[in-house]
Amino acid sequence: MPQNADNVLDHFNLFRQPEYIEMFEKKKREFENHAPDAEVERVREWAKTKEYQEKNFAREALTVNPAKACQPLGAVFASLGFEQTIPFVHGSQGCVAYYRSHFSRHFKEPTSCVSSSMTEDAAVFGGLNNMIDGLANTYNMYKPKMISVSTTCMAEVIGDDLNAFIKTSKEKGSVPQEFDVPFAHTPAFVGSHVTGYDNVMKGMVEHFWNGKAGTAPKLERVPNNKINFIGGFDGYVVGNIREVKRMFDSMGVEYTIFGDPSDVWDTPTDGEFRMYDGGTTLEDAANAIHAKATFSMQHFSTEKTLPLIAESGMETYSFHHPIGVRATDEFLMKVSEVTGKPISKELTRERGRLVDAIADSSAHLHGKRFAIYGDPDLCYGLAAFLMELGAEPITVLASNGGKAWEEKMNQLFASSPFGKNCKAYPGKDLWHMRSLLFTEPVDFLIGNTYGKYLERDTGTPLIRIGFPVFDRHHYHRYPVWGYQGGLNVLVWLLDKVFDEIDRNTNVVAKSDYSFDIIR
Amino acid sequence: MSLAQPESIEDIKARNKALIKEVLEVYPEKTAKRRAKHLNTFEDGKPDCGVKSNIKSIPGVMTIRGCAYAGSKGVVWGPIKDMIHISHGPVGCGQYSWASRRNYYIGTTGIDTFGTMQFTSDFQEKDIVFGGDKKLAKLIDEIQELFPLNKGISVQSECPIGLIGDDIEAVSKAKTKEYNGHTIVPVRCEGFRGVSQSLGHHLANDAIRDWVFDKMEGKPALFEPTPYDVAIIGDYNIGGDAWSSRILLEEMGLRVVAQWSGDGTIAELEATPRAKLNVLHCYRSMNYISRHMEEKYGIPWVEYNFFGPSKIEESLRKIASHFDDKIKEGAERVIAKYSPLMDAVIAKYRPRLEGKKVMLFVGGLRPRHVIGAYEDLGMEIVGTGYEFGHNDDYQRTTHYVKDGTLIYDDVTGFEFEKFVEKIQPDLVGSGIKEKYVFQKMGVPFRQMHSWDYSGPYHGYDGFAIFARDMDMAINSPVWKFAKAPWAA
Repeated sequence: MPQNADNVLDHFNLFRQPEYIEMFEKKKREFENHAPDAEVERVREWAKTKEYQEKNFAREALTVNPAKACQPLGAVFASLGFEQTIPFVHGSQGCVAYYRSHFSRHFKEPTSCVSSSMTEDAAVFGGLNNMIDGLANTYNMYKPKMISVSTTCMAEVIGDDLNAFIKTSKEKGSVPQEFDVPFAHTPAFVGSHVTGYDNVMKGMVEHFWNGKAGTAPKLERVPNNKINFIGGFDGYVVGNIREVKRMFDSMGVEYTIFGDPSDVWDTPTDGEFRMYDGGTTLEDAANAIHAKATFSMQHFSTEKTLPLIAESGMETYSFHHPIGVRATDEFLMKVSEVTGKPISKELTRERGRLVDAIADSSAHLHGKRFAIYGDPDLCYGLAAFLMELGAEPITVLASNGGKAWEEKMNQLFASSPFGKNCKAYPGKDLWHMRSLLFTEPVDFLIGNTYGKYLERDTGTPLIRIGFPVFDRHHYHRYPVWGYQGGLNVLVWLLDKVFDEIDRNTNVVAKSDYSFDIIR
Repeated sequence: MSLAQPESIEDIKARNKALIKEVLEVYPEKTAKRRAKHLNTFEDGKPDCGVKSNIKSIPGVMTIRGCAYAGSKGVVWGPIKDMIHISHGPVGCGQYSWASRRNYYIGTTGIDTFGTMQFTSDFQEKDIVFGGDKKLAKLIDEIQELFPLNKGISVQSECPIGLIGDDIEAVSKAKTKEYNGHTIVPVRCEGFRGVSQSLGHHLANDAIRDWVFDKMEGKPALFEPTPYDVAIIGDYNIGGDAWSSRILLEEMGLRVVAQWSGDGTIAELEATPRAKLNVLHCYRSMNYISRHMEEKYGIPWVEYNFFGPSKIEESLRKIASHFDDKIKEGAERVIAKYSPLMDAVIAKYRPRLEGKKVMLFVGGLRPRHVIGAYEDLGMEIVGTGYEFGHNDDYQRTTHYVKDGTLIYDDVTGFEFEKFVEKIQPDLVGSGIKEKYVFQKMGVPFRQMHSWDYSGPYHGYDGFAIFARDMDMAINSPVWKFAKAPWAA
């Protein structure tokens, strides 16, 4: 009997006991109609070949293991960035269960969000009644300051009109007339989660600056000295936003973080559940129109939001998820230039420390070949950092990247000798990546949790940077932006490099002469 | 914020009544009236729990429920390991349900098994406008080319499919013909259908009936039948649950010819009509196909419960009662074999858990099924409810719960939070969306869908893990730190 009360075996070890192994073999042999092992082995080897890769890349209809989610997920992320705001997703309710689970698995935090729970009758007659009842219930139960409405594909396919529905709901008394209900159409069959983020942020700007869907006067812009900061869809939002605030404070920059879920996804365990915490105040969201300029940390997360902001007459600047020395330099220099505030001594020291750390460690990264996948801006930021470390981002893949992203990546590759052999893959998935890892092997893979399947199948060690990360805890609390963030990323890269060196040199009397204690 | 615990049953019932009244006050009148039907206190001797169920969730209240797609793809079909399950529609549904349910299986993923992969048609605007049937046909060709060892394909419909009028049945039929009878199963499990995951289970069951059973006539049997052939129905092998169950059935002398659907294969589905008895764990999600097999093939089915030694013992005897003395003796032998282990587990953990109060809110089976396991450890269930149970589940629940248990059907985020705040249980067992809410409140929590990434919990081997996990949740030192020493 394998189990024992003194040393309880769970799934990690229980099923390796002989009783279970025998049971598995019998099941396979007698009942599974399993293909002969030799045939499985043949196909497994074939799937590693160039020939298979060609067929794999010829796919037109099938997507396998994509590295992207749908618009509504990004919509919920963006909505949670505002004070006491509850995201309200108009459409089928199962979607909301999925978004909440997805975020909770990444952040290890609660994620509050409601659905209008549309079913068959709403599919036929439209979801107006669901909106009317839903807004009233949410308003009464959860006492929000704002309800941010977005859609699922169901509501989009049947063509529900959010503007009209919200107006009617207010007329029916679901929420007070003056209550803030910004909205955005976020069809799941267009773009990805970063598009949904963009649409909601654009909806916020539209709502607060441009007259709340015709129910308030448009705001008149009276420029001040502040800047607006938009982070984009970001799995490191908790650490990153705090780091950005610290950097701005250190420079004496006056700012508004436009969209800040860093507190609601990082509440303490102290006996109280805070459904709401932190976030951009509604007042600040409105007053953001007066800012001197808006900075977006992720260009492809704000492609529609920034042009709308620019219409107000302010300057906008966008970056590609800046990571490392050069990218942080550019970001801070632009902030300094726009605000007239010099980059602080403190930040200059931090920069020097990051350069110091790179100098100490670059020998272990120089010439190493990497594959990266993730959201378009994150891919860019990581690739740029690798190149300044002397590493080569050989394969860079974004399932939700397009032509514009590909061109940007090519410009980046062309800017350095370390980009010479590198290639960007827009619109591809992780099954494409699997082929590439076999046919053009690299030393390390950077990606989210799903990359562990690639690590298992191809033997390429995975460094977990991205969203979602379900199977490692608390990394979202660390920034990857700023010089401190660069240091964090550097350490994560090095940890894996050193672990691999140790793993490759730990065979007694075979390779352990290189099992050095000093590296 | 701990409150004085009520002492008598009457006190408890009065408290529950007041609590229900209190939570209903927050709702607009119409909603309060509707929600009132889903909240009650169990009264001993009643035939059910006094709540309405399997009714549409109310918009805007933060229901915990999912959708029909989740019930079909996520629960029933997804675990069939040698088939490829296409999430047909936009990318999200497949992404959020990708490998998150921990249906363990053995196989070479991507080559002969596909359980932890996400196959999707990733619908774009043009597919909505012009329809997705051509894309589906092409996609099936691509699957056949790139994954030649797949034993079948299922088409799991997401919301748009039923709204844009696609004919996935026609595509499936045509492709089955083109690929020499290859199993291709269209499932109409669009997320807007029904009121919860539950309809998805039913639709998935029906699809097995129509597209597996009805298409396999004339296919040769893979094995010679024996009088002791059984199929495990409704075990999704979460953390290996079906394995720690199967081992007991085999030890008592039965032959398990199929597992539905955890670590299952299409061959096992096809073999099941040849079984002598279907043993059904998750009644909610697979009673439909069990009833069908009873009607069409004359196979009896029996519900069993493999949580905790009391229920396992009862269930082993119940299953054995369908067979001859050899199996009955086998059941006794198994019970005797494991009883020293069970005694040791209880001796170790019961003193640490005795008298602890638990509130549950899970899917369609566990809100009643796990109660015995807690009671074996001396713990008490003070509240329970189903995300998507039906009236027959609430009837069955009466055999498990005590007089005065608080019952909440399709509980809302607000209600659950209030109930836990007032009742102050020692443990809450529910899902990922609830976990961190209660932990913030300082209440120990275990996920009772995914076993909080542990498991198995089924069977004797599983009970030891269950006991260990409940102990580590409740007796973790961390809960003593929730209040800062200087805080009032």
